[in-house]
Amino acid sequence: METLFENLTSGSMVFLIRQTLIYAVPLMIVALAGVYAERSGVINLALEGIMIFGAFIGVLFVRLVQQWGWFDAVKAADNWVGLQGFMLMTMAVAAILGALFSLLLAFAAINLRADQTVGGTALNLLAPALVLFLIRLIANQNTLQMATGDSASWFMLKKSMFGYGRTDEVGFLFDTFVNKVYLATYVCILVFIIMSVILYCTRFGLRLRSCGENPQAADSLGINVFKMRYAGVTISGALAGMGGFVYALTTTNCTSNGDVAGFGFLALAVMIFGNWKPLSVAGAALLFGLFKCIAASYGSLYVLNGAGEQIYFLKDLGINTNFYRLLPYLITLIVLAFTSKSSRAPKAEGIPYDKGSR
Amino acid sequence: MKNRLLKLWHQDGTRSVMASVLSILAGLVAGSLIILIVGICNPTLGLKSVWDGVRLIFGGLFATGRNAAGALTFGFNPASVGNMLFRATPLILTGLSVAVAFKTGLFNIGAPGQYLAGTAATLFIALSIPSSVVPPQIIWFLAFFGGMLAGALWGAIPGMLKSLLNINEVLACIMTNWIAANLVTWVFDISNLKNVVENTKSGYIYKTTFNNVATSKLGLDLIFHDSQVNGGIVVAAILAIIVYIILTRTTFGYQLKACGSNRFAARYAGIKDKRNIVLSMAIAGSLAGAAGSLYYLSGNTEFFWSTYQSLPATGFNGIPVALLAANHPIGVIFTGMFMSMLDISGLQMTNLTAYNEYITDVIIAVIVYLSAFSLLIKTLLGHRRAHKTDAPLKNPDPDGTQADSKADGKEALKA
Repeated sequence: METLFENLTSGSMVFLIRQTLIYAVPLMIVALAGVYAERSGVINLALEGIMIFGAFIGVLFVRLVQQWGWFDAVKAADNWVGLQGFMLMTMAVAAILGALFSLLLAFAAINLRADQTVGGTALNLLAPALVLFLIRLIANQNTLQMATGDSASWFMLKKSMFGYGRTDEVGFLFDTFVNKVYLATYVCILVFIIMSVILYCTRFGLRLRSCGENPQAADSLGINVFKMRYAGVTISGALAGMGGFVYALTTTNCTSNGDVAGFGFLALAVMIFGNWKPLSVAGAALLFGLFKCIAASYGSLYVLNGAGEQIYFLKDLGINTNFYRLLPYLITLIVLAFTSKSSRAPKAEGIPYDKGSR
Repeated sequence: MKNRLLKLWHQDGTRSVMASVLSILAGLVAGSLIILIVGICNPTLGLKSVWDGVRLIFGGLFATGRNAAGALTFGFNPASVGNMLFRATPLILTGLSVAVAFKTGLFNIGAPGQYLAGTAATLFIALSIPSSVVPPQIIWFLAFFGGMLAGALWGAIPGMLKSLLNINEVLACIMTNWIAANLVTWVFDISNLKNVVENTKSGYIYKTTFNNVATSKLGLDLIFHDSQVNGGIVVAAILAIIVYIILTRTTFGYQLKACGSNRFAARYAGIKDKRNIVLSMAIAGSLAGAAGSLYYLSGNTEFFWSTYQSLPATGFNGIPVALLAANHPIGVIFTGMFMSMLDISGLQMTNLTAYNEYITDVIIAVIVYLSAFSLLIKTLLGHRRAHKTDAPLKNPDPDGTQADSKADGKEALKA
């Protein structure tokens, strides 16, 4: 029993939970972005592109503000409220620009009744191209970085901010969920909960969902299908843009290089996996994040045996690294194979709304 | 004569071509506008560089560098044209791959994975069979068909998941892409094909020329000096024609298209829709596999094996190639060449101006965006047709004027 408790509060466990959250949270929020678009009846294949764009905008904003010198004093004084406020502002900017970018998809899909898959693909091609074109012009290289410092030194929560010394022991919960964690993670979880509640417990949410199931019926009840779908896609763009910046902040050290390692597509998978329902989506994202985390750091995970020795059980198995890397994708496919029978996509997704059709 | 031209104009195919040409022009103009905006906003670039950039967007293929006075010069550039043909080879094949799947109503976003599967199989066969025992030509054929087969198998997986378990093929393709990227890294990681002879090439696999295997140049290098061109472009064109014949002249092709138009109606008519979906994805996969195969069999390309974090862009670029050609196999040959021409323009842009090659990717994206509503453009073009053909339709003589005009149209196309 004692060994179990020690295992659960060991450094390995702290690391595992932190890392899993880092991978799972952007996936979760971007998958919810997909849910919003598809529940309103528009397939948003452009999540990847919007994420890339959001990441770029966020990093660019941080860089510009740093160059203007607004936050240097705040940083010098270690005023963490100011720094976290700066980060929240950046998230908001990424969200707004992400929403604007997604209007391209909304216009093509809703007004022009274009093929939504192709429209989304176009945005996926456009985002990395535009971003890399601009990064090359701005930074004269293929990666855009912060002007000074790195994301950890600027935006991470540290125990010193709460009055602890560098060597002070802190409790397991504090160590796992506060120390060396980004506030962005919790903001995303909060936004996720709020947006899920809006989708399910408000009149607006009900109307939005009805447009993805039976737009003709919704229209007959006086709901403006076009407006609702615009709302769905724009909210989707905002969430995906924010998720893109959070991904860049937490996993790539606040840099942008026109790539989010397929996270947008993975979010799409998480969405289908989670059956277009927020709670299942959150679960799917956590599962996926866990496997992603194991793939990235299986070598340093250990359990303690009775004698208190560290056993690196995954490393000792001697399985090739590449196996762990492909595991998340393989498991998604296998789970989908078992659950696809009960999968239920919004009925009207992908079909342009035509007032005249029955 | 004028009548015939008019009828040709009213053909559906003509309007498809017109819609594509309009999309291309709009894309090029959009690219020029971006250059203009960036040039104006950035005083160090200036209007002169904008003019250079715009000229390169439209005629980068024919740029020959800068003269002593520093002005751009244009003319026939054999190296650029040859490289364009070389780069077009895999694009044509991945474009065909996407087009075939589209015809069966499937969106094959899995071309990158199939491309990687083909690459891996080809490299293994081409480098493992000693050319001292087996003649290189035979190894070439084995490697090429091995690559196609590997691609076909990799493409068949999402096909089977779609037809048997009803898993969305886009999702299955994305997952198999990443699985392929990791598997390929894995097999090359434990193989002994990593280039250890040239120590500047760490992370790369041997070129196939290490085993004396390379695609024949077919004399093309004599026309296009200093370029990488080889017989692969001919193979790609032949495959495009074969696909065209299969789709338009065989029962099998008809069944594939029937599944694409309406899967349930096709099943009602006795067509085995599940089998056809798997076969369509297998064919698509084999074409994407052939793309990877031909690209790395050229003998002057090297494969970076640790590819688990990125997917080959050539696979994704098959999508715009197919869309721009409206999924027509012969059209794919031309749109593939157009895309690789943009590639060359981009390289010239990086070499000769302060701008960079990513502007051509922006242009491609704009073109794809526009082709998403090419149907709308087609309808707009067709609007004029409706006005003009109104007259014969109102003709009281009910002798099937429409059928006649259709037959005439076909003759016009042949003539």
